[in-house]
Amino acid sequence: MNRTTHGEIARLRRTNPELFSSPLIAQIRTWALWLGFIAALAYGLWWVDANPMRIVNGLNKLGLLVGLMIPPHPGDGFWSYVHAMLETLGMAFLGTVIAAVLAVPLGFLGAKNIMPNWLFHFGLRRIYDGFRGIDGLVWALIFVSAVGLGPFAGVLAIAVGDLMIFAKLFAEAIENVETKQVEGVRAAGGNDTHVMRLGVFPQVLPVMMSHVLYFFESNVRSATILGIVGAGGIGLALSDRMRINNWQEVAFIILMILVTVAVIDNISRSIRARLIDAAPQN
Amino acid sequence: MTTMGHSEASFAAGRPQRLVDFEQRFAEERRHKRLWTFVHLVLFAIALAGSVAVSDFNLVGLMNGLPKAWNYIVGTLPKLSLETLGADLSDWYWGLRFWLRLLVETILMGFVGTVLGGLIALLLCFPASRNLVENTGIYFLARRSLEFLRTVPELVFALIFVFAFGLGPFAGVLAIAVHTAGSLGKLFAEVNENVDPRPIEGVRAAGGNWPMLMRLGVVPQALPNYASYLLLRFEINVRGASALGIVGAGGIGQELYVAIRQFEYTDISAIMLLLIATTSIIDITCETIRHRLIGQDMQAGH
Repeated sequence: MNRTTHGEIARLRRTNPELFSSPLIAQIRTWALWLGFIAALAYGLWWVDANPMRIVNGLNKLGLLVGLMIPPHPGDGFWSYVHAMLETLGMAFLGTVIAAVLAVPLGFLGAKNIMPNWLFHFGLRRIYDGFRGIDGLVWALIFVSAVGLGPFAGVLAIAVGDLMIFAKLFAEAIENVETKQVEGVRAAGGNDTHVMRLGVFPQVLPVMMSHVLYFFESNVRSATILGIVGAGGIGLALSDRMRINNWQEVAFIILMILVTVAVIDNISRSIRARLIDAAPQN
Repeated sequence: MTTMGHSEASFAAGRPQRLVDFEQRFAEERRHKRLWTFVHLVLFAIALAGSVAVSDFNLVGLMNGLPKAWNYIVGTLPKLSLETLGADLSDWYWGLRFWLRLLVETILMGFVGTVLGGLIALLLCFPASRNLVENTGIYFLARRSLEFLRTVPELVFALIFVFAFGLGPFAGVLAIAVHTAGSLGKLFAEVNENVDPRPIEGVRAAGGNWPMLMRLGVVPQALPNYASYLLLRFEINVRGASALGIVGAGGIGQELYVAIRQFEYTDISAIMLLLIATTSIIDITCETIRHRLIGQDMQAGH
């Protein structure tokens, strides 16, 4: 049985060689790609100075730190951490809401079916995309310089960081609107406002809400670290505790972040699931 | 004749009744919905008021703050005039060579971090797929560790690694790798859970052991999706790497931090524009490759 199969394979290989090997150019291209990839990786590792000695030393130190972290303990700052956590949640919530509200008009401007001018629409979308390149932490740094230390800078950083992404997502949602309902409202004698309110809005709202909730989740995560550059919240407490080498409290704060993020994720996931159920099925 | 008369009579009498029923139900549903909308609005208002209170957000602050922020952003833009454009530009980008070097470092950090994280994710994703492991203990352990890796913020890992491994891009690469392992591991596991079980059964029937099942039954099906997620993560990581310099973990972020702290206004806009250009190019390139990968996938009939 085995032998006949092998014999058959050998025969097929002889009769149709092209089925068993890719063309030479494709082979060369694959090899070149792999070589380039490995060369880039090796160069990168060399650049960041990743030698084994350093890794071993670092891991030793890391083990020491983890030893210092156990057991996690809040010290006497438990309630101040709770307050800082609430501040973080507030920053994330407010920043998300502001960004979402401001993004609605921008989304309509960027939608192909609302603004048919190709150049305008294309340029605006590139601007929306470009702003995504700036990390939220960089915005936080800038707003701390501009409006001073504190959670207000964090709110602005989150709002500005998300505004352009929301604008893009909203524009896509508006472009994907089903035209049948719009035509239906128009056929029943609705004017432009009616078309927006009854034809477009009910289709777009659940999608927008779902995006907003998703970004609220991710903003809670990023708001936890904005404090490191002075924008308030739990990150400030965290970087302070690290600076004074109080690792037990550091571990406690990290655990607190993990728990909060998990709780928020679960709540928002269940709301999103409900929203998607309620959304009109296309 | 009589039957018809009878049905006509019941029709005439029944329609208003049905309409009344319908209207009653409609009104009830509407009341119900309005009540829930109202409850949600109240909850939203409470959350909003709470956040406003806790983050000292106030309209006076906003009114004072927004013009300040705007002035700041306008202040970072250099004065360019048409006559001396060349000189102005070279003045604005006086540190171009140095910045480009740091930009390359940032991209390399993103790249190496993504590859290392991807390797760890590839190792962890198989035990974290429900359809591939029998032992629920292993599954649970793999899932929880992935969750831990991705929930701790990248910057916190970077801070800790800067303590352990010293300042510089190496700590940044490790932080990116650890975070990437967590998020990619979860996505890979989701891909694995959606593979066609028949090739796996085929390999098992031919006597393959567990690593062979993964290598021959799962990986060939999941590979295009892995690659697509990997590219997506690379885009995100280059952006993240630009921020890691702020805590001393290498890359262009360090320079940006210094510029912002020392109020070198025009440097800020110069570096930010460089960053935007770089990330845009990477985004567009990765998107093209991703579309091609997924296109091939569809041609292959998956």
